[in-house]
Amino acid sequence: MSDELLVYSRRDYGMDHDRYEWSMLQDRPPIAWPDGKPLALWINLSLQHFPLSGDKPRVAPPGALTMPYPDLRHYTLRDYGNRVGIYRLLKLMEQYQASPSLAISGALAERYPQLLERLAKTPFEWLGHGWNMLSMHAGEIDLQIEAEWIHNTRVALEAFTDQPIGGWLSPGRIQSTHTPELLVKNGFRYHCDWVNDELPYIFRTGEGDMTCLPSSLELDDVFVLTQNLHSEDSFAQQVMDAADLLIKEGREHGGRLLSLNFHPWLVGQPHRIRTVREILQALLVERGDAIWHTSPSHIIEAAQA
Amino acid sequence: MSGTTQHAELALYDYSPYERRPKIEWPNGARLAFWVAPNIEFYELDPPLNPHRKPWPHPYPPVPGYSIRDYGNRVGHHRQMAVLDKYGVRGSISLSAALCEHHPEIIALCAERNWEFFSHGIYNTRYTYGLNEDQEREMIEDAMVTIERAVGQRPAGYLAPALSHSNHTIDLFAEAGGLYTCDLFHDDQPTWVKTRSGKPFVSIPYSLELNDTIAYVVQKMEPRRYGEIIRRAFDQLYEEGAESGTVMCIPTHNYQVSCPHRLRAFEEALEYITGHSDVWVTTGREIAEYSLTHLKDQIGGHSEALA
Repeated sequence: MSDELLVYSRRDYGMDHDRYEWSMLQDRPPIAWPDGKPLALWINLSLQHFPLSGDKPRVAPPGALTMPYPDLRHYTLRDYGNRVGIYRLLKLMEQYQASPSLAISGALAERYPQLLERLAKTPFEWLGHGWNMLSMHAGEIDLQIEAEWIHNTRVALEAFTDQPIGGWLSPGRIQSTHTPELLVKNGFRYHCDWVNDELPYIFRTGEGDMTCLPSSLELDDVFVLTQNLHSEDSFAQQVMDAADLLIKEGREHGGRLLSLNFHPWLVGQPHRIRTVREILQALLVERGDAIWHTSPSHIIEAAQA
Repeated sequence: MSGTTQHAELALYDYSPYERRPKIEWPNGARLAFWVAPNIEFYELDPPLNPHRKPWPHPYPPVPGYSIRDYGNRVGHHRQMAVLDKYGVRGSISLSAALCEHHPEIIALCAERNWEFFSHGIYNTRYTYGLNEDQEREMIEDAMVTIERAVGQRPAGYLAPALSHSNHTIDLFAEAGGLYTCDLFHDDQPTWVKTRSGKPFVSIPYSLELNDTIAYVVQKMEPRRYGEIIRRAFDQLYEEGAESGTVMCIPTHNYQVSCPHRLRAFEEALEYITGHSDVWVTTGREIAEYSLTHLKDQIGGHSEALA
């Protein structure tokens, strides 16, 4: 065996790459959210298009189609989110006066303009969420193709909204070596893909700095319910336990952030929507005094003030 | 495996039935020796490829796997440390030695609490697989020296990096001056380990079953259930410890147990365990030293070197 296995090229202080600085949450100056609230809450809804056909990407996203063509069962179950689930979620969000962000596959703008027009009537912040759920920004994908996915997503979404789109969530929270640079070139100011922190931090790219606002995978509905196979009640319990711990830390050490990510095709199902209601009730009503619920851009702005 | 590897049945310890063993007595009449082993690890973003094991499931850059492990160091460490402080538990750290260089702030926090540092290799992305004996000796020594330089004490224990072993691993670690291994899961009491040098060497029960990563990632447990299985394990070992002392270990990872939706379950389990009177809350090194000094006969000790 070659000695290469015992050679350590980046064995030194800090990280073993140049994307960001090493820093422990507890050592940073405390963040003050508006009104002295200890906890900021970011809720994201991911609106996704899973194509019925197309080349299988190097990395399959959560929820990927798995059966031989035509995989009607998974295709239509995911499509359910864009026809039914999202409307249930919007109704709940509006009832609770919540401010979720909407991460949207660019392809949905072409396929379902009615849906995009409805979303444009909300005050909710939009994020680019890849072109579709086969456009995985992973491994050695062609730079030109990846650049088109990002550019086309921005253009497709901006045709429906006047708001600037500054945020990006990659399908499956994965990136190629070029993704951050391409995002900056296309005007994105933050991405949510690296889950290494609970607060926004500066992320370096060859095109200038951007922000990473980590979107928690560990409390993502698809991760908890379909990968871990936990019950709906356990999911709600976990969210509340997380909120209570972070509220306590926020009071003692400075503002904390809870990020939740819901998928309309999953929690928009009739047997799961109740859990989203319970979570909104627990966070926005029962813990409302301690929680500042707002859009991701406002959270970044306040954290970096 | 390399072409020279010989495959053989395990001969590291003698068979010993759990009934009618000589009695193990812990200090102050404790029934159970309890220790917590936080794994404080560094995984490299771009390690050299070892043909025997892939470091990451995703292509470069492996953002999902790398970033959650970095979360453990950036966010999780403080959280678990605060809970261990609260219940008077000194961690016995399973340490990727290179973390002394990357993140000395974490090492300093643990050192000022008089926590134990034991060796877990250089990085958790560098495996024992494919190393010849000289290379493995070099890797083990490098980790020992790196940790000793950072904390002033040579490690006593070893958990091989990413649980990757060779036929020589335990022999080499004993020859490097180690006293105990965490790599063997065959028992709930310390066991004398037969190494080729015949040096006193012991296996201290570490648990894969109660390891948070096994519970959360492999078994996919709900957090409250993880707390429940820890309490059940404790009840059983505490009861048996009235007859002969037992060992219980909770191995943890800051990117699992310290997540905000999981810490409460761990904290409640610690509160339960440390709320019992006859528990020796200790470290891996202290259990090993006590076992080798006072319990040699009870744990099956031999002094002769193996042929």
